[in-house]
Amino acid sequence: MSDTSTATRLVKGVVLLALLVVLLALPLYVEEFWLRTGFAVFAAIIGAVGLNLLVGTTGQLSLAHAFFLAVGALTYVYVSGDPGGSAIEYGGFGLPPIVGMVAGVVMAGLAGVLFSPIAARLRGIYLGVASLGLVFIGQHLLNTWTSVSGGFNGRLAPAFDLFGFSFGGNEEPYLAVLGVPFGQAERLWYLGLALCALACWFASNLLRSRPGRALQNVRDSEVAASVMGVNVQEYKAKVFLVSSMYAGLAGVLYALSIGSVAPESFSLLLSVQYLAMIVLGGLGSVGGAAMGAAFVSALPLVLQQYSGSLPFIVEPGQPGIVASQAAAFLYGGAIVLVVMFEPGGLAGLARRLKRQPRPPQESPPVSTTSSAPADSSSGGTPR
Amino acid sequence: MNQFLSLLLNGLSLGAIYALIALGFVIIFKASEVVTFMQGSLLLLGAYLIARLSEPIGFWAAAAVGIVGTAAAAVLVERLLISRLRGAPVISLAILTIGVDLIILTEITRRIGSDILNVGHPWGGDAVSIGGVGITTNRALAIVVAGILIGAFFIAFKFSSWGIAMRAAAEDGEAAALMGIRLGWVSMVAWLVAGVLAAVAGLFATGSPTPGVTPAIWAVALAALPAAILGGLDSTGGALVGGLIIGVATAMAAGYQDQIAFLGRGFGEVVPYVVMVAVLLVRPSGLFGTRDVTRV
Repeated sequence: MSDTSTATRLVKGVVLLALLVVLLALPLYVEEFWLRTGFAVFAAIIGAVGLNLLVGTTGQLSLAHAFFLAVGALTYVYVSGDPGGSAIEYGGFGLPPIVGMVAGVVMAGLAGVLFSPIAARLRGIYLGVASLGLVFIGQHLLNTWTSVSGGFNGRLAPAFDLFGFSFGGNEEPYLAVLGVPFGQAERLWYLGLALCALACWFASNLLRSRPGRALQNVRDSEVAASVMGVNVQEYKAKVFLVSSMYAGLAGVLYALSIGSVAPESFSLLLSVQYLAMIVLGGLGSVGGAAMGAAFVSALPLVLQQYSGSLPFIVEPGQPGIVASQAAAFLYGGAIVLVVMFEPGGLAGLARRLKRQPRPPQESPPVSTTSSAPADSSSGGTPR
Repeated sequence: MNQFLSLLLNGLSLGAIYALIALGFVIIFKASEVVTFMQGSLLLLGAYLIARLSEPIGFWAAAAVGIVGTAAAAVLVERLLISRLRGAPVISLAILTIGVDLIILTEITRRIGSDILNVGHPWGGDAVSIGGVGITTNRALAIVVAGILIGAFFIAFKFSSWGIAMRAAAEDGEAAALMGIRLGWVSMVAWLVAGVLAAVAGLFATGSPTPGVTPAIWAVALAALPAAILGGLDSTGGALVGGLIIGVATAMAAGYQDQIAFLGRGFGEVVPYVVMVAVLLVRPSGLFGTRDVTRV
């Protein structure tokens, strides 16, 4: 047994290493569009991994993710941005961007902690709908509090820099690797990759550790978890904190990726997209969340980019299907198919492909209790 | 005082529309243990069908086709998707309905574009006066029709064989199945009823004073979700009370927006959610919902 598990881990390590090498080398070869898409994907992966800790691992349905992203993004632009605005005046501290990034993560975490007393009292679907309220209340706050958000049209996001190394427009100091000049897109790519790798590493370690087991226990049965000595309320509050901090970081990167923030961006649709990511990827799996995030966040951008060569996609304003609608059809349909046929998502599919065909006399995988959300460890038999 | 009465009456009519949708949520939840997020797109589908057909085939025929079509769509979703997933986790089913909702909403939004479709209600933008308090005919009819439909539902729920079967199924699905109650049939009828209620709600939600069918009316059904939750997801009476509370609170917040201007413009739109969060803080299972007895 230990032989196979060591071998599996070795294979997994090699695959991850190869993936990392490819991702590190990519900016030397691909064009700017893909690098920008990649940065947006990295941002989405961080957010999706965070949401997955909450929904997939702990079983707390949350539709409030867009709100926590908004808190992160807005804190970043307010702390690091300068005051300005022509029609609507808005403020800003103009502090170094790294301070704004940290503040964004902290504030999002704080918002999560403030919401957690409500979350701790509610169970299951009640929590899902209450968190839905947070998105609407948050949007109202952003539209009203124009000195922070810049009102309906939003405000520009300050470019990121780290100790004098700019990730923004001025591209200073000049840097070229193997003859490829490193502009804004290349720099942001590496920033996103580094943060994303850290976020995934932290999450997968968390899942394998004592708190991770406790969280899964809370998902499977709160009563059982409590009997085993897990402080259910405390763990729920903590996972809300961690998840919203992930969302805060994703929000900061989102602001950097778009270059501006507007209240409209953080609508219910964004929450639904994040939910789609983790369902498609497979609830409870870090790698799955990453795959799902890549699919859902890159799809509209790629469809838009190649709309000219795709026969069924038209430019906005013409009769037909525009890229964002085509993307919505595709991932809406994908959600339905995944819930119907592969509750383990892409991660479950990968696991199934990897597994050896079973000898016929072995009993089929036993399905777990019905209260566990789309548990994939049992082999993901469609129900 | 007159303004207060007028707001109260308009709030009640809005609440009647919310109550129809919220009742749909509750019926589906009781019968098939699914929290459906697709009432919004069903409502939009009903209103869209009625608006598109009212010109060629007349309003009444269009209304009939719209209601039947929406109910058929709801039954189709139940038969093709939900019934095959009996016993799946609640969260997976909720997410499934979000997926279906996304598809229907995107398609209808694409078809409507930036237009405002006119439904062509025979009563148009007329207004009636009840005891000196004005209300549009559309909203007055909404109260009457919603009252009749909800009354009929409660009678059916209490006395008809389907109502008894459904209450038994909600109480203990396994025991009900062993007693010969066909759970699939109960669930299908529940979706059918919810589809009819959503289409009727859509019919009135798009009448005066609302200009017509836009994708934005999808949000009306979303605001009914707090109504169902604050009444208690498994309480049909709670849906009615919740709907009325949300409707009156929304109308009041919109009517007195000058007095509550410090809360920001358009506060009326978020009132349902604020009320819901406030109620849930005190009663985590809603006003009339079955309390969760386990404490951890």
